[in-house]
Amino acid sequence: MIEMKDQKIDELKEYIAATQSNDNPESYLIAVLHKVQGLFGYLPREVMDVVAKAMNIPTAHIWGVATFYHYFNLKPVGKHIVSVCMGTACYVRGAGKVLEALKKNIGVEIGETSEDKLFTLQEARCLGACGIAPVIMIDDKIYGELTGKTATELIKKYRKAAKG
Amino acid sequence: MSELITIHINETEYKVEPDQTIMQAADKLGFHIPRLCYHPKLSIEGACRVCIVEVEGMKNYVASCAFPITDGMKLHTNTKGLRRARRDIIELLLDNHPMDCHTCERDGNCELQRLAASVGIRARHFEGEKKHYEKDISFSSIIRDPDKCILCGRCVRMCSEVQKVHNLTQAHRGFKTVVMPAYNMPMSESVCTACGQCINVCPTAAFLEKNYTQELFEKLNDDSIVKVVQFAPSVRAAIGEAFGLEPGVNMEGKLVAAFRKLGFDYVFDTQFSADLTIMEEASEFLERLQGKAAMPMITSCSSAWMKCLEQFYPDLIDNVSTCKSPMSMLGALIKTYFANKIKTDPKKILSVATMCCTAKKYEAARPELDVDGMPGVDIVVTTREIAWMIKSAGIDILNIEEETPDSPLGISSGAGAIFGTTGGVMEAAIRTAYELFTGQTLVDIEIEDLRGLEGIKEGKVLMDGNEIRVAVAHGLGNACDLLDIVRQEPDRYHFIEIMGCPGGCIGGGGQPYAAANSIPLDEDCLKKRAEALYDIDRKKTIRRSLDNPDIQQLYKKFLHSPLSKVSHKLLHTHYQAKTPVGIIPKK
Ligand code: SF4
Ligand code: SF4
Ligand code: SF4
Ligand code: FES
Repeated sequence: MIEMKDQKIDELKEYIAATQSNDNPESYLIAVLHKVQGLFGYLPREVMDVVAKAMNIPTAHIWGVATFYHYFNLKPVGKHIVSVCMGTACYVRGAGKVLEALKKNIGVEIGETSEDKLFTLQEARCLGACGIAPVIMIDDKIYGELTGKTATELIKKYRKAAKG
Repeated sequence: MSELITIHINETEYKVEPDQTIMQAADKLGFHIPRLCYHPKLSIEGACRVCIVEVEGMKNYVASCAFPITDGMKLHTNTKGLRRARRDIIELLLDNHPMDCHTCERDGNCELQRLAASVGIRARHFEGEKKHYEKDISFSSIIRDPDKCILCGRCVRMCSEVQKVHNLTQAHRGFKTVVMPAYNMPMSESVCTACGQCINVCPTAAFLEKNYTQELFEKLNDDSIVKVVQFAPSVRAAIGEAFGLEPGVNMEGKLVAAFRKLGFDYVFDTQFSADLTIMEEASEFLERLQGKAAMPMITSCSSAWMKCLEQFYPDLIDNVSTCKSPMSMLGALIKTYFANKIKTDPKKILSVATMCCTAKKYEAARPELDVDGMPGVDIVVTTREIAWMIKSAGIDILNIEEETPDSPLGISSGAGAIFGTTGGVMEAAIRTAYELFTGQTLVDIEIEDLRGLEGIKEGKVLMDGNEIRVAVAHGLGNACDLLDIVRQEPDRYHFIEIMGCPGGCIGGGGQPYAAANSIPLDEDCLKKRAEALYDIDRKKTIRRSLDNPDIQQLYKKFLHSPLSKVSHKLLHTHYQAKTPVGIIPKK
C-alpha cells in the first residue's frame, strides 16, 4: 500500500517536472490538481504539500484554487461515486425520495463517504437524461426511472459485487 | 512630464496628468470617493465597487480605483443614482454582517461603521441569511473572526504582497467565501508570522490581537504581587494618535505617569534593554567578524521575523544573532537581577510588556526564552490595548504631568530610542561596535543612508581601515528580497538588520488604528513616528549604548561583561526550524 502511494507521488512529480519548463509554470496548477485527483481520487493534504513544494506555490494559494472549483474533492471518496440528479425534471418526478432512500441505505449525508469506503453520495445538476427521470449516476453509468426502492436495490447490487 | 489632459468632474473642468486612475486624479483635486478594497500599497482588486463613479457615455458605473482617466472624460461623483447605488452596495455588506457593534472591539474605530455613516445608512431594509463560522482563537497573537469579514481582500494582499508570507487565501466561493490559511488550519498551526499587518489593514474586527486587557486589569488589583511594566520605543511615538493627537508626538513622560496611575509599581523602559541588546549584539558581531561564527550576521529582535526565519529560512538560523529581543532581555533581568534587588520571589512579580507588536505575544510564550523555567514576560499588551485601558480607567493622559521611568532599568541612550524605526538598530549597533572595535569614538553618529522608508537600504562604515558593509530591510517582503541577494552573494554584507513590519516597529501590528481621515500604514504617519524617535535621540546627551551609566552598572554588578556566562544564560537563545515550512514563490 505504502509503495503504491510512493509510486503515485513519483508519477505526480514527473508530471509536475514536465510542466516546469514552460513559460508560466504556475498556470499548470489546475492541470496538476486534476492529476492529483486522478491518482488519489481526491486532493489529500500531504499531496497538496508536495505540489506546493514542487511548483513553489504557497499552500494557501493552492487551497484557494482547490476550494474554488466544485470538481475537486477535498475529502477521500469511496470506490463508487453516486450522484443523484437534482435537476428540475428529476426533482418533480421524485428525486427527493430517491435521495432520502440512498442516504438511509448508504448511511451518509450528501458529500460524505460510507464507513466501508464503498460509496460517496453527491448531488448533481441536470445529468441530461431527463427523458428517464429521476436518474442517478454511479461512476459513469446512468440509471433511470428509479424509485427509492429500485435505487436501494442498485446499491445493494454494487455492494454485493464489491464483496464477492 | 507628459502633456496634461482635460477631465470634468461634477461639471468643472480640470487639467490633470494622464496615466492615472479616476480615484488618483480625484484625490488630488479634493474629491474623496468612498472606497473599501483599495489600498495604495496593495494591488488593485476592484472587488467591492464602493468606489463607483459615473462616466458620461458609459452604460454602467465604473470602479474609480481601477479605471484610468482619458482626455475629455466627464465624471460625476455624487449624483442621486450614484448615492443610491453606493448605499445599496454597502447595505448588502451589512446584510451579511453581525449587528453587534456595541460589543465589538472595533466599535468607534471601524472603517465599515464610518463607511456606512458616510453614505447615510440610517435604516436596514433587509434581513437575509447570515454566515456563521467559528472564531479562530488558537493562536497566542492573532484572532480570526470570519463573521466580521466583508471580503475586501486587503489582508490577503497585505500578507502575500507586502509581507510575502502568503498565509491567507479567500477559500471557497460566492456566499461561502472565507478568508483562511491553507487547509483551514488554525492560525497557530499555519505559517503566520504573527506580524499583525492583517489587523492593521482590516477595515473591520475580522482580525484582532488576542486581548489581555481584562486579565491585566484584574492582576493590577492584586496587592500580593509586584507589578512591573516595560514599554517599547515605538509605543511612545504612536500612542498619542489613539487620543486624537497628530502622529509623531512623543508621549514618553505622560505614558510613564499613566502606567503608575493604572497601578504598576515599577515602570521600566525597553529602550534600556535596547542599549543592552546593542552591547551584546555589537560584541557578538565583532566575534563573528573574527571568524567565530557564520557571516553575515542578521539581527534577531523582531519577533515576526524570528518566526518567519524558523519557517521560511531555516538555512539561515546560524546567521542570526543569538541575542534575545530587548523585551525578552528586560524580562529576564526583571525576574533575576531586579527580583534579587527588591528581595522578592520572582514568582511574585508580574512582568508586563507594552509593545507596538502583536508577534511579541507569541514571543513571550516561547519556551526557549524562559528564565529558570519562568517566562521573562508574563503578559504582552499592544499600544492599542494599553490606550484602551488608559481610557477605560479614566486617566486623562493628555493633561497629566510627565514622569520618568524607574531605576535601575529605566535610563536609555538615544541609540535605544531609534531601535523602533527601520535602520535604527543598525545605526545604534554601529555607534557602539565602532568604539569597541577601534577604541575610538565615532563622531558622525547619524547615519543618513540607513534612514527613511526605502525597502532595502545599504551602508558602509570604515573601522580601522576595514570596510564593513551593512544592509537594512523592513517588512518581511523586503526582507525576502534582501535575503535572496544574500543567498546569491553571501559575502556582499557583513551585518544585516531585518524588521518584520513596514517602517520597523513604528508600523507594528499593534499600533493605533488609522484615524478617520487617514489610511492604515500611511507613509506620512510612519515618517512622523520615526521622526519622533530621531528627535528623542537628538535631544539626549548620551547617544551611544555603551555610555549609558545604568548599563555600565549592570555589567559591573551583575553581568560582568558582554557575552559572559551570565549574559549567555539570560540574554541569549537559539532558534529552531519549524513546520509547516513556508514557501515563497519566485518573482
Ligand atoms: S466590525 Fe465594525 S461594523 Fe462590524 S460589528 Fe464591529 S464595529 Fe460594527
Ligand atoms: S499576522 Fe502577518 S503573517 Fe499572519 S496572517 Fe496576518 S499578515 Fe499574514
Ligand atoms: S479579514 Fe478584514 S481585511 Fe481580510 S478580507 Fe475580511 S474584511 Fe477584508
Ligand atoms: S475600492 Fe474600488 S472596487 Fe473596491
